[in-house]
Amino acid sequence: MDIFQVGHALEWMAKTNEKVQDNKEYLTSLDQAIGDGDHGINMARGFEEVMKKINGVAYQHVADVMKDVAMTLMSKVGGAAGPLYGTAFLKLSMTFKGSEVDNASFSKGIEDALNGVKQRGKADVGEKTLVDVWTAVANAFRENKGFGGEVILQAAKSAMEDSKDIKATKGRAAYLGDRSIGHLDPGSVSSFYLFESLAEVINEGA
Amino acid sequence: MSYVGIVLISHSPKVVEGIEDIIRQVIKDVPIELAGGTDEDEIGTSIEKIQTAIDKAYSDKGVLLMYDLGSAKMNAEMAVEMSDMENIKIAEAPLLEGSYVAAVESGMGKSLEELVAALEKGF
Repeated sequence: MDIFQVGHALEWMAKTNEKVQDNKEYLTSLDQAIGDGDHGINMARGFEEVMKKINGVAYQHVADVMKDVAMTLMSKVGGAAGPLYGTAFLKLSMTFKGSEVDNASFSKGIEDALNGVKQRGKADVGEKTLVDVWTAVANAFRENKGFGGEVILQAAKSAMEDSKDIKATKGRAAYLGDRSIGHLDPGSVSSFYLFESLAEVINEGA
Repeated sequence: MSYVGIVLISHSPKVVEGIEDIIRQVIKDVPIELAGGTDEDEIGTSIEKIQTAIDKAYSDKGVLLMYDLGSAKMNAEMAVEMSDMENIKIAEAPLLEGSYVAAVESGMGKSLEELVAALEKGF
C-alpha cells in the first residue's frame, strides 16, 4: 500500500465495527472487573452509529470519513471512550486534510491523535490507558518507512497485553489502585481491535 | 439584574435533578441548567446536552460548569471548545457542595471569576 484511500478508511471502520460487536461481551466483562462495566456496550453503540453514518456516503477524502467518525463517536458513546476516540479521529481528520494520505502523513496523524488523547485525558504512557497502545503504534509508524501491517499489529498486541501488569493511575480503574493489576485495560483492548483492523486493511490492500 | 448561569453535569440525570432541588429551596433567580446522562438518559454524559444547557444558562455574566467524574469533564471541555461564546469556565469542586456554593455566590451578584475563586478557596 502506498496511499491510504477512502475505500481503505471505510474498510477500516467496517472491520473495527465487526470486532467490537463480536467482542462486546468480552469488553464489558473486562470493564466490569476494573471499571464501570459499560465499555463494550458504549463501543458497540458508537461503532454501530458510525457504520450508519458512513454507509453509502460518496466521500471524496479520507479526512471527511475520519471527521464523521469523530463526530459520531463523540455524541453517541456515553463513557470516557467517546471524547477520547472522538478526539483521536478528529486529529486524524485534521492532519489528513488537503493531501494524499501516504505513510508519512498517516504516521503524523497517529502522532497528533496520540497527543490529542493525552491532552484530553491528561494521561501519559504507562498509566494503563489506551495511550499505551497508541504510543506503541505511533512508535511503530515512526520506525517503519512504509505501511507495515505486521509491525502495527505486533506493536498494538504487545502493548495491549502489557496493560495487564500495570497499575492504573488514570481513568476509572485508578480508584482501585493495586487491585487493577492483573486485569487487561478495556480501552487498550478496544484500541487493539482498531489497529488489528488497520493492519488487516494494510495487508489486504495493494 | 443578571446572574452567572450554572450548568450541572453528571453521569446520572437523577443526580443533577436532586442537586437542583436542593439549590432551588434557597436560590430562586440564578439560571441553573441540567446536563445529566447520555442522549438516551442512560449513565454517561452528552456533549450535545452540555451545549444546550450552556446556551440556556448563558447570561452576559457568563456560565460556570460543574461536573462529577472524569469523562464528564472531558465532554465539558469539548463543549466549551466548540462553543462560540466566551466567558465559560469549568469549576474544580465537588458537584453537590460546589454547585450550592456557586449558586449562593451567583445569587449575590458575584462575577464568574469571583465564583471560581470562592470554589478554589472553599474546597
